[in-house]
Amino acid sequence: MTKRDTSRPSLSRRGALKTLGATGLAATALSGLSGFAQAQSSAPIRIGFQVHRTGIGAAYGRWYDRSTTAAVARINEMGGINGRPVEIVAEDDGTDPKRGAEVVEKFATQHNCDIAFGTLFSHVVFGSAPRAGELKMPYFVVSEGHHVASGALNRYTLQPGITDVKSQVQAMAPYVADNLGKKVTMIFPDFAFGHDHRDYFTAAIEAQGGEVLAHIAIPPSETSFTKYFPQIPRETEVIYHVMVGPAVLTFVKEMGEFFGPSSPEIFGFIDSLEAVDLASPGLEFLEGSYFWEGNPRYAQADQSEYDAAYRAAVGVDDNGASVSDPKDVSTYSHMFGCWETLNIVKRGMEAAGYQGPDDRAKLIEAVEAMSDMSHSLDHPQGAKRFNGKTHQTFGHQYISKVEGGKLVVVHTTSIEDTLYEDEVDYTTQAF
Amino acid sequence: MRLFSRANALHLGLIALLAALFFTLPAYHTGNLARIMVLAVFAMGYNLLFGYTGLLSLGHALFFSAGMYGLGLAMHLGAATPAPAFLAGLIAALIVSGVVGFLALRTTGVAFMIVTLMFAQAGYLTILYFGSYTRGDEGFVIQQAQRSLLGIDLSDDTNRYFAALILFAAALLVTGAIVRSGFGRTLVAIRENEQRATMLGYDVQRLKLIAVVLSGVLSGASGAAYALLFGYAGATFATVQYSIFPLLWVLLGGAGTTIGPLIGAIFMFYLIDYASGLTNAYLLLVGVALVALTLFASQGIVGTIRARWIRWLP
Repeated sequence: MTKRDTSRPSLSRRGALKTLGATGLAATALSGLSGFAQAQSSAPIRIGFQVHRTGIGAAYGRWYDRSTTAAVARINEMGGINGRPVEIVAEDDGTDPKRGAEVVEKFATQHNCDIAFGTLFSHVVFGSAPRAGELKMPYFVVSEGHHVASGALNRYTLQPGITDVKSQVQAMAPYVADNLGKKVTMIFPDFAFGHDHRDYFTAAIEAQGGEVLAHIAIPPSETSFTKYFPQIPRETEVIYHVMVGPAVLTFVKEMGEFFGPSSPEIFGFIDSLEAVDLASPGLEFLEGSYFWEGNPRYAQADQSEYDAAYRAAVGVDDNGASVSDPKDVSTYSHMFGCWETLNIVKRGMEAAGYQGPDDRAKLIEAVEAMSDMSHSLDHPQGAKRFNGKTHQTFGHQYISKVEGGKLVVVHTTSIEDTLYEDEVDYTTQAF
Repeated sequence: MRLFSRANALHLGLIALLAALFFTLPAYHTGNLARIMVLAVFAMGYNLLFGYTGLLSLGHALFFSAGMYGLGLAMHLGAATPAPAFLAGLIAALIVSGVVGFLALRTTGVAFMIVTLMFAQAGYLTILYFGSYTRGDEGFVIQQAQRSLLGIDLSDDTNRYFAALILFAAALLVTGAIVRSGFGRTLVAIRENEQRATMLGYDVQRLKLIAVVLSGVLSGASGAAYALLFGYAGATFATVQYSIFPLLWVLLGGAGTTIGPLIGAIFMFYLIDYASGLTNAYLLLVGVALVALTLFASQGIVGTIRARWIRWLP
């Protein structure tokens, strides 16, 4: 141990000058840094919006775009995220998985986006998610596919704003079995979307003591359906259909011609008729039939204040069409997912103290920590329960009946009806 | 055939340039180039049949997807490692192109186009039909952890770029050698006048079948590499759109030129990429550009350069 010489002044002139100089330099540097920090903190949060502007998803993309624009306008009016404005950087993915992956790459390496968001079609999610994971880019999809919760993707991919097809289909079975009938014939397109319905609904209706008498798979290239209707067993009590695409109008018209006035009960998924006017010629046959709706297209008698405010913000009238063009029908059962997801991103970034791309893992952890979300203007479709392990949200589902050419809600499921066992725990995966 | 010919120098120079570009271009463009090089192999396979043999196929998506699913299913369902899975992709493409070639070559001209188109459509529907294995149109992900070859992580940007470059270089040098070999010249003879080639004693039918199979295997190698490097296999890649793409890339770049497929693929990629940044109606711009190029440079970019200025271009 050395003895300290206390006879010398503790601060020499040279030392004092050095200290002063260092302090000055530090002050200058700090003021510069604070300027930098100021520039950082006021720079917009950039959200890469992967939108289906062309291709088969274009009708959905148009409304996802409007819903997203409205949500961002509201967030910015409320002061943005962590005091920073939100900027949407939209890129068309052509509803194509190859282009989807390229667009995610463009968000990360060219546009310097903080996150990617907004994909609907499952094949585009599958094509893009691996790249998002490699680029360590949080990827918030609004797809309703079971891909996220099935464990097929990665820790960077989340679906917090819309429920998945497995939970939707499963939640329909109790109502169908109790109110419409237990002997079901399913008509579905012969590709993955139809196969999901086939597998999940068959299991769910059997759990309710019902049975599927026949599975009628329609090849995707089919344009006429009359030859399939004779395959429907006579004892069928309920027809469950999930046809999608441009042929759906022909499908409904031909089914009406086949059955005439005495048909079994008919239950369908509104996916068939999203962005399609129920008053379209040929759809009269749907009167009295039932549909799953993710979010009721027509403003209901007991409409919540949140739904009213959300409709007004996005520009949707009480019939689910654009306020500027009554023929421009929305994709109301899906597009709320964009609005809700962006509100979750806001809360996640605020909880994580998000400043920039270095905080992406913190953002994911903050979202994973979320659970119950109350019915509010942030969640106008209804309350949600997010499962941080499976990266999937769960929520209420609606069953509506066509009455007078409009969809009237006859049943709302509980969140518990939609739950199923976890198939993955993404939180165990490293970032 | 001289080893150090101008053609070889061009090919080696191009490969060196592509290697150098990785260190100079921004990350976005190197990512794009990795994709483009893999897809250029698809275009080179197509060019061998269309540009050199004169057979216009509208079914090459089938060969691309045979390679993609050969590798993808081996890894997804069979938990195979990349090397044997890649081999499975090549074998799948070999078998599919052999069968399709054997049957489709009984026709010529427009009928050949239609038969190949129908085979490809049947292939696409087969992928959907076996949806419980292939996951149909949705496709499936090949997990990042699986995509490691000899300890090299192929999902890493650098490794992926150079893996794509190695595949591209191999395909370029092999096709370059093929088209300048006696066999390649015979293919050109068939393209120019099939009857004359027959009268000269060549077994035209057998040579055309070999061309279909070589073309199919190259396309399959591209499909397998795409799935391996980018981690996804899906039925979209088996749709007619992916039969039209290689035709466009080859027509734009220059049919019957060795580097035309790469140039065409780059041109088309960036045309879509930049046009989509300008307007929502970018497909209209792309269409106008393609029509203009076809009208004013009917031999494609490299083909026109060869016809007007650099006659020795391979």
